Amino acid sequence: MTNLVWTVLPYLCLVVFVAGHVWRWRHDQFGWTTHTSQVLENRLLRLGSPLFHLGALGVVGGHVMGLLVPASVTEKIGISEHAYHLTAVWGGTVTGLMLMTGLVLLIIRRMVNGRVRRVTTRMDKVLYAALAAMVALGMIATVGINLLGGGYDYRETIAVWFRGIFWFQPDPTLMSGAPLVYQLHAIGGFLFLALWPFTRLVHVWSAPLAYLWRPYVVYRGRRGPAPTATAAPEQVRDAVREPSARR
Amino acid sequence: MRIRAQVAMVMNLDKCIGCHTCSVTCKQTWTNRDGTEYVWFNNVETKPGIGYPKHYEDQDRWHGGWQLDEKGRLKLRSGGRVKRLSRLFVNPDLPSIDDYYEPAAFDKDILANAPAGLKDTPVQRPHSALTGEPMALTWGANWEDSLGGAHEHATGDPNLARMSAEAAERVKFEFEKTFLFHLPRICEHCLNPACVSACPSGAMYKREEDGIVLVDQDRCRGWRMCVSACPYKKVYVNHSTGKAEKCTLCFPRIEAGQPTICSETCVGRLRYLGIVFYDEDAVLAAASVTDEHDLLEAQRAVFLDPADPAVQEAARAAGMPQEWLDAAERSPVWRLISEYKVALPLHPEYRTLPMVWYVPPLSPVLDAVGEAGRDDTDADDIFHTIRELRIPVEYLAELFTAGDVEATAGVLMKLAAMRSYMRARTLDGTVADDLLDGIGMTADQVEAMYRLLAIAKYDERYVIPAAYSKDAAALEAQATANQDCALDCEGGPGMTTQASAESFHLVEGEQVRPGRPGLFSRRADGRRGFTINPLRGGA
Repeated sequence: MTNLVWTVLPYLCLVVFVAGHVWRWRHDQFGWTTHTSQVLENRLLRLGSPLFHLGALGVVGGHVMGLLVPASVTEKIGISEHAYHLTAVWGGTVTGLMLMTGLVLLIIRRMVNGRVRRVTTRMDKVLYAALAAMVALGMIATVGINLLGGGYDYRETIAVWFRGIFWFQPDPTLMSGAPLVYQLHAIGGFLFLALWPFTRLVHVWSAPLAYLWRPYVVYRGRRGPAPTATAAPEQVRDAVREPSARR
Repeated sequence: MRIRAQVAMVMNLDKCIGCHTCSVTCKQTWTNRDGTEYVWFNNVETKPGIGYPKHYEDQDRWHGGWQLDEKGRLKLRSGGRVKRLSRLFVNPDLPSIDDYYEPAAFDKDILANAPAGLKDTPVQRPHSALTGEPMALTWGANWEDSLGGAHEHATGDPNLARMSAEAAERVKFEFEKTFLFHLPRICEHCLNPACVSACPSGAMYKREEDGIVLVDQDRCRGWRMCVSACPYKKVYVNHSTGKAEKCTLCFPRIEAGQPTICSETCVGRLRYLGIVFYDEDAVLAAASVTDEHDLLEAQRAVFLDPADPAVQEAARAAGMPQEWLDAAERSPVWRLISEYKVALPLHPEYRTLPMVWYVPPLSPVLDAVGEAGRDDTDADDIFHTIRELRIPVEYLAELFTAGDVEATAGVLMKLAAMRSYMRARTLDGTVADDLLDGIGMTADQVEAMYRLLAIAKYDERYVIPAAYSKDAAALEAQATANQDCALDCEGGPGMTTQASAESFHLVEGEQVRPGRPGLFSRRADGRRGFTINPLRGGA
């Protein structure tokens, strides 16, 4: 059971994550979009969307810092355990609150505004539910356990296990001792990655950074061969004028 | 010099009766789908009026188009690249759907299914196409038609705001006497398109061969910067697909040498289509001219004379076939813009170098002549009126010459002189040389212009060369490789001509397979997305 949850499941989710993206890119670029609904509703979005997105960027940055950077590295560059803890807890709390507020606003917007509700797909609802669950678990872990509670040093267990996945040597026993909230958040995180390629979240990979360098006006040649069956304007006109003559 | 060809349009506003046939046929062809109910690639607005979407010309509000910064460099009015990316999460300049209008539908079944013997007549109520709820109709794409509601709204016309207070007051006064004209608008397919320049994902592009500005539906990511950057507000968000859509200049027809649907069905025969040659290297300098009143001349100077042997040589060197060179020489657009100089660009001060130009309407001026107690058939009287009665010339100048009254008046005088000249010639056979001297045109030119504007034969209005392939050999090779189905095999060009909702989004290399369900099949609403139960997809 331990092996199944902490070894098989992560790899399964990562495979779905990668294969799902490849498949989506090859088959559904037309659906690869932010799916903006700003034209339909702007008042709640104006507040909710920046909060959500900036909060999410901060939260992702925090996860990279906490999970991918080993404690030994931060120590070596002169960041004490205490300094790390303060940054992580307060940074996580602030960005987490931004993310949570933004998400709540966006969910309210989807439910209250009839126009936006109509363009909300089933997949959007699944995504919002998954996001809400992940944010809730993450906030309990950060605020409930690390800020207000006794604290839990995930850098010695969860982070090591997480990095192990990428060396193909994950140690499932590291996870079995973690608090339940952390366990659920970790499982949820991998399931969330598996869901990712099938939602509108794919727009993240299209962050248009190349725009900073490209020339303003884009020229592109017409693709494909020229159409061959071309009726001269006179022919079109005459065909319209004398429809009976064609039969 | 880097020569390019552009398919451009001129509309003769004097002939527009505001019948909206262009709008309706365009809508039936392109935007009768979910998510585009509010979208009119072609709309006809009444001027003076606030337009569609509301106040779209007010660039202090929407920050569309280009402007010069303190150092005289050309900048998008909405800011530079970094600023634009910082606004990806929410675009403060984006019009909401209420700035266009809330689209409505009617439940016709209520009438069709009404039982016999009803005491009261059943009534269809409008339902919002966005929410399905019953709604009150309070605005529409042509709500102001023929000055409907002008006494309430039209004073908000951004063009009036830019005029002197006294002149604007007089325009308002003229409303009572119904001074109006119609302004059909499509995408301008600009030489310096602000929408393309603002597109973060590079999905919008200008076609090298014919200058048509398009949105690659597969690369658009819905950042919606094009909508706010276009000063004409002619790029729209399809709220069903989440992608930008715009006027395509009916490129499948243009490629086949046929006029756009709006042109083809125009009952007033007021649209002209043809190609112009221009120098791509001259575009930036022309758009960066300091004085707004010089923009008109600078934009004309970007065009290259198709009769000039050096230009023809350059066009051949650029791979254009002889048919295109001939079409450029016969182009009605080139003649109206550059030879007769009677066509003017819409809002040149946006600095996008628009490619749909307008012959300004003389009718409001003639009305003014009559009201001033003068003879509206006498060129001298009209000339005097144009000079003295600044209304509506000042208003037209705000639209077409960045407020340069002299430039607009000059065009109106040419049109008035043409009428008088032809009247004299037709009625008593005299040649009014004084009129010709006044406008600096020859008798032949005036008669040719009369023929183009007044007679407006089909094949003189539309001179559109069929698309050519830069690599004709490749086409040949493809045809011989697939001998049994040269063009209408799967994926071949012959297969892309069905006018279905799918084929609008059809892209190279991907075939639409209707009825074949998959995890990502197109749902009934035209959108594609993940379907939980694959068996239900594509249904």
